[in-house]
Amino acid sequence: MKDSYITPDGRTIGGVLMDMRGITLRFGGVEAIKNISFDIREGEIRAIIGPNGAGKSSMLNVISGFYHPQDGEVWFRGAKRPTMRPYDVARQGIARTFQNIALFEGMSVLDNIMCGRLTHMKTGIFSQAIWHGAAQREEVENREAVERIIDFLEIQAIRKTPVGRLPYGLKKRVELARALAAEPKLLLLDEPMAGMNVEEKEDMSRFILDVNDEFGTTIALIEHDMGVVMDLSDRVVVMDYGRKIGDGTPDEVRGNQEVIDAYLGVAHD
Amino acid sequence: MSADFLYGIEVILNGLMAGVLYALVALGFVLIFKASGIFNYAQGVMALFAALTLVGIMEGQVPFSHIINAIFGTKIHHFGWHVPALLAIFLTLCVMVAFAWAVQKFVFRHLVGQEPIILFMATIGLAYFLEGMGDLMWGSDIKTLKVGLPQGGSRWIEDMTSGLGGNDFYGFFIDKLDMVATVVAAILVMSLIAFAQYSKQGRAMRAVADDHQAALSVGISLNFIWVLVWSLAGLVALVAGVMWGAKSGVQFSLSLIALKALPVLMLGGFTSIPGAIVGGLIIGVGEKLFEYTIGGMIGGATENWFAYVLALIFLVFRPQGLFGEKIIERV
Repeated sequence: MKDSYITPDGRTIGGVLMDMRGITLRFGGVEAIKNISFDIREGEIRAIIGPNGAGKSSMLNVISGFYHPQDGEVWFRGAKRPTMRPYDVARQGIARTFQNIALFEGMSVLDNIMCGRLTHMKTGIFSQAIWHGAAQREEVENREAVERIIDFLEIQAIRKTPVGRLPYGLKKRVELARALAAEPKLLLLDEPMAGMNVEEKEDMSRFILDVNDEFGTTIALIEHDMGVVMDLSDRVVVMDYGRKIGDGTPDEVRGNQEVIDAYLGVAHD
Repeated sequence: MSADFLYGIEVILNGLMAGVLYALVALGFVLIFKASGIFNYAQGVMALFAALTLVGIMEGQVPFSHIINAIFGTKIHHFGWHVPALLAIFLTLCVMVAFAWAVQKFVFRHLVGQEPIILFMATIGLAYFLEGMGDLMWGSDIKTLKVGLPQGGSRWIEDMTSGLGGNDFYGFFIDKLDMVATVVAAILVMSLIAFAQYSKQGRAMRAVADDHQAALSVGISLNFIWVLVWSLAGLVALVAGVMWGAKSGVQFSLSLIALKALPVLMLGGFTSIPGAIVGGLIIGVGEKLFEYTIGGMIGGATENWFAYVLALIFLVFRPQGLFGEKIIERV
């Protein structure tokens, strides 16, 4: 494959940002991921799909450092990544959302998104404790960045609301906002549209495309809704029972017999 | 105004000031419980240990002198210098931070993901370890703590108010130390709240208290936050230890004040900083007022049990406390 190319809709896809090489993940005797390799290129929207229990979320957890694979290598920005704790992965510039929404329920929307900026705040605990000038400046700068994201995702009206009181669809959006606030190099979305109605799904799809378009953020997402996946993504990895059964553009994947079998079932004789 | 009414006011004032100290101890519990779900039984002993260390440093005592003397046959007990109070307080704070780090590194890091009861037992072990350590380092005799805090009743307030309620009333008796303690505790509590609310680390602290997984995903190191909250709990313990120590001498029964914090927490809720404060004040005022009004009729000494009975009533009717989060399990 060439190093970078232009997509039909005019976006530039760069070189390899993240490279998963021969990842194997076991829980006791169960192999959740079996020797899977794939890459994520800079600026693209990469989807991971597959039936329930295929190992998609496990794969996302490997990328974000929540799980550590028994075998295989994770390469990020051209360097092999040592075994890392999730907070170090986050500090490297990989932000994520969760399938079952992990927000700080007791805090306001604004505070939640400010937490996403923590990796950008460098002042030490002593200057924070006495609210020294540098700490104050930093708070203002980061607050401005957060306000831009709030505008971008159209959640101005709820910025002071405690997250616990928000409806499901808005929570999903706040979680996206928090991940975006980190200005990640790679954004991982675990089922960003699960449990949403059609209108909410359309909103979320638009936001994902806009994020990719305006900030050039590389996005890897897991999604069940095939229509959405095919519309959004540049390339798709298909998993089934922990194996990779397909990898390519949406059109290539759609025509893959193994993928069709996995999704529709196949008659055994 | 009648004298009885004025005495009532005096009782309430004294109750409020006692309550501030209860609140201070309870605050140490809340900080750790919120951030890590650990009920820290050792909080009271931390106050004792902090007070012992402070006195030891100020007096220039040689730590572990008994062991050293037993092994080497020497007779050293003191370095022969006196450390000024402020410097000694700073050094004691350093000791408490080191203690926080050690607790995290050697105990709780290895217990991540364990049942709450296991964590609780670990803190009981920690409490006795720390008590023994305090004994070993500084000796078990009762010490007086002189950090320059004023002692005795305030003559000024007494003179100002005497005669208000006729000739029967001799004026308010307000302990100067209590007043200082109240002011210090109030400042400490306000700065802790401001720190939690507005600083970056405070925000991270609240994030960890809310959701560990989400906190990790935004780049917060749980370990750092846990060391931080144990250090803050150490600071709170130091202040509480200084106040109680200045009042009644630094002795090992100091660790029992932690027990008074329990009803405070049941009243205020285990997860609420304002709850710890309000709970402390209610218990402080409640027990003094109860003793003053009803205590006489039923034989007195009600202060020993009033707080616990109040907590029991709360457990029956409002188990989450005044400010605690109501836990609703979905089935």
